[in-house]
Amino acid sequence: MKLIEDANQQALARILEGEPRLIDIVPASQLMKGLRDRMILHAGPPITWERMCGPMRGAVAGAIVFEGWAQDLRSATELAASGGIEFHPNHHFGAVGPMTGMTTKSMPLFVVENARFSNRAYCAINEGLGKVMRFGGNDASVLKRLAWLRDVFGPVLGKAIRASGGVDLKSIIARGLSMGDEMHQRNLACSSIFLREIAPWMARTSVDNATLAECLAFIGQNDQFFLNIAMAMGKVMTDPANGIRGSTIVTTMCRNGTDFGIRVSGLGERWFTAPVEMPEGLYFAGYSEKDANPDMGDSAIVETIGLGGFAMAAAPAVAGFIGAGAPSEAGNFTRSMGEITVAQNPEWSIAAMDFAGVPTGIDIRLVVDSGIVPVINTGIAHREPGIGQVGAGVVKAPLACFQQAVRAVASDLGVS
Amino acid sequence: MTDQNGPQYQRLLAGKVEVVNVGLEGFVKDLHDCGIGVVHVDWKPSAGGDPQMAALLAKLGV
Repeated sequence: MKLIEDANQQALARILEGEPRLIDIVPASQLMKGLRDRMILHAGPPITWERMCGPMRGAVAGAIVFEGWAQDLRSATELAASGGIEFHPNHHFGAVGPMTGMTTKSMPLFVVENARFSNRAYCAINEGLGKVMRFGGNDASVLKRLAWLRDVFGPVLGKAIRASGGVDLKSIIARGLSMGDEMHQRNLACSSIFLREIAPWMARTSVDNATLAECLAFIGQNDQFFLNIAMAMGKVMTDPANGIRGSTIVTTMCRNGTDFGIRVSGLGERWFTAPVEMPEGLYFAGYSEKDANPDMGDSAIVETIGLGGFAMAAAPAVAGFIGAGAPSEAGNFTRSMGEITVAQNPEWSIAAMDFAGVPTGIDIRLVVDSGIVPVINTGIAHREPGIGQVGAGVVKAPLACFQQAVRAVASDLGVS
Repeated sequence: MTDQNGPQYQRLLAGKVEVVNVGLEGFVKDLHDCGIGVVHVDWKPSAGGDPQMAALLAKLGV
């Protein structure tokens, strides 16, 4: 159908032509006019407190205490359960967040600008490994780290980013792919490249060597530091592709621990949801699938632009880490995702695939026709609030989301 | 069809057989176990065999 093919080429071009640059770190309240007191943004499609999973509830309680809307976790939980908190998806505010994806007004956010289309997207700073809010952690150590990110690290790194004039992200991704990253469960190379680029600017703008050393060490000790930057980049690249009538290209994939949701270019802001699946993967010592929560996070935005599970061939070590099979089989994931995408990204190539570009532009028609669903590399959270990460694995997007979207496109175009 | 050497399918199976298996992968093992060369083609019907969805996809250009 020519209308669809033309619309898809337009949507694809808008994704590929993006020029994402990290330009600042700014408190959320200064970036989002509608973000008020007692309002929490979360990962995934819209959800109410009653349907939230354990780690999401745990993170909500922690975020409430962090913002000072309640004195302790118990009263915070009561406040949320009584309807005292307004919940919205990050995606409705131009933002994304990993796992539980908590965003509240005082949290510092990365600002990524798309110079080609003059739009911006935001994501909170990665907290590091261990007990963290994105995996449902909410104790004093979690809140103390968030306060340090807000009061110390965010301002220090923000000043350095502004002084640098911004950091080009596409070139970091291109180098990271050649160094074994897929930008979802492995960000070691990109985090290191970013640190190499920003460290001189942090030194030039620093007024305190001890603080500078602390901030540099925080980046250097977190292999996943770059993930949140890559996520904001994914959001800023896909947003311009929204709203092209007839296009069947996916512009959003995300999950909230209960539902998986997608949005499609030709259908604008409309969500298509289905129950989210359980990741299959490997567990940390002492944990098993009995402890796992169904998948969650806005991080599937990286798969939406051809990274993560779609770029598995670039990161064979990840296949072993997440229990996705032998490293030699990593290329099968990328080849399979090529069956449901309309193009390759020539700027992001994979050496192990003879420098083929990452598969880009998920077409809902191809997903439903083939029965091949997007694969997403993911972390696994404990199903109870307050515990944190228990493993890593691969999760499949539910086919039902794509079937609903195909029917909606057909209805919109008057096809029956 | 037949000719002076009998039905064609009988001649087909009289010599060495090489098989292309399309779809269900379960047949591959049985053929292998019989010492028959087989190449598997990973194929599924459109839309998992849902005729209404397949028809809709066809109208949408798949």
